[in-house]
Amino acid sequence: MKKEKKWPEDWQEVNPGCMVFRPGSAREYHTGSWRAQRPVYDNSRCIKCGVCYIFCPEGCISQDADGYFVADLDYCKGCGICAHECWPGAITMVEEG
Amino acid sequence: MSERIGMEIALAAAEAVALCRPDVIAAYPITPNTHVPEHLSDIVAEGRLDADFICVESEHSALSACCGASGAGARAFTATSSQGLLYMAEIVPIVSSMRLPVVMIIGNRALSGPINIWNDHSDIMSQRDAGWISMFAANGQEVVDMSVQSFKIAEHRDVMLPVNLNLDGFQLTHVVEPMMFPNQEEVDAFLPEYKPYAAVHPDNIVSMGTLALPEIFNECMKANDEVLKGSKKVILEVWKEWEEKFGRSYKPVESYRTEGAEVLLFAIGSMAETAEVAVDQLRDKGMKVGLLKLRLWRPFPFEEIREAVKGAKVVAVLDRAVSFGGPGGPVFSEVRSALYDEKDRPMVISEIIGLGGRDVPVGDFVKIAEKAARVAKTGPEEEYEIFGVRGS
Repeated sequence: MKKEKKWPEDWQEVNPGCMVFRPGSAREYHTGSWRAQRPVYDNSRCIKCGVCYIFCPEGCISQDADGYFVADLDYCKGCGICAHECWPGAITMVEEG
Repeated sequence: MSERIGMEIALAAAEAVALCRPDVIAAYPITPNTHVPEHLSDIVAEGRLDADFICVESEHSALSACCGASGAGARAFTATSSQGLLYMAEIVPIVSSMRLPVVMIIGNRALSGPINIWNDHSDIMSQRDAGWISMFAANGQEVVDMSVQSFKIAEHRDVMLPVNLNLDGFQLTHVVEPMMFPNQEEVDAFLPEYKPYAAVHPDNIVSMGTLALPEIFNECMKANDEVLKGSKKVILEVWKEWEEKFGRSYKPVESYRTEGAEVLLFAIGSMAETAEVAVDQLRDKGMKVGLLKLRLWRPFPFEEIREAVKGAKVVAVLDRAVSFGGPGGPVFSEVRSALYDEKDRPMVISEIIGLGGRDVPVGDFVKIAEKAARVAKTGPEEEYEIFGVRGS
């Protein structure tokens, strides 16, 4: 009855009530595809304060092994809040090709 | 079972709902449905029903609470009227789209303004396209019976849709009628314990009310539409079972003295019972007139209507709601649309009557039947008429 379906191909495959029985399936949808601009980090200016991480509304920024911050472009929508908040000016928003 | 008990119909509705053992009742009082949840709160307080009665602060919360309760696997019930239904409106299509079998009684009342607490059908017509099963009762016995039927229909695994049961405010809600009640054993045998398709629980993970992107939204709407259309099969099965067990028959479109009728009145709700008297009077005078009573509003019973009007020259559809600046009353425009592709179709005229509790006496149905007979020969006189308006 509650057979797992991936993305429904046709209307017959839509689960009753559009219920989803696979936890975490929203992760498969890459909202980063909506992006018009991407953040580019200049780590020479980064002081590792983490303000970009704190302000990112998507929660898609994380710290790498060296302590610098990176945005997961699968989910970054390019809002630019990180670049706006980064007071050392280490983040630049660049137009997507 | 065979004993008739005299009771106000709103209280009878509450007694019938209590027999269905709802787990959660959430409602906010609004005239004229108030006595339904009020009496249910009495029943819960007296310990006759083991249910959570949630005293919410608004109708929006009432249906939201039912939505959440139903999603958690509870049998949920609410009731409202008029502006209360409008205040729920944000949640109304969500409950159907989430396939939650909530049952709601609507004590039909005019929408404001001007403020008016009395009956017409403008409230439910505003929620016509929200994906619920929608039915009308014409008297107290039908309210009792259909209250129980509603849960069975809503919860059927091939349906899983909310049901709204409409009864005319005051004309039905506040009237004392003799009614027969099934006993608890009979209802338990008819309506099994609710087994949800899925329920929100930490051990059985499910997400309800998820986002649907443009790439899938059309398919979601198609699925909702197909399940609502397909629910008619279950509704007919449930009514058949009811007739076998309790001896009272229910059809999507009921006919009264339609044999050989050239003029058909087409009524919805309690006024159909008054219209029967008019049909009797006109039949006594030799007029070939009959009456159709619409019980099932959604899913719309196309085949039954096409079959029921066969042989008639004119159908006068009596609406208790105005579609301002539109093609006529909402029931009328759908009936006429259903007949458009028929080769031999009757003329269909729209008469809007009984707004905001305006009395509809037998004589009005007589006049409308006589007008219908006249325009069947001379042609329609207007797009629609608000019948009996002073000054027109």
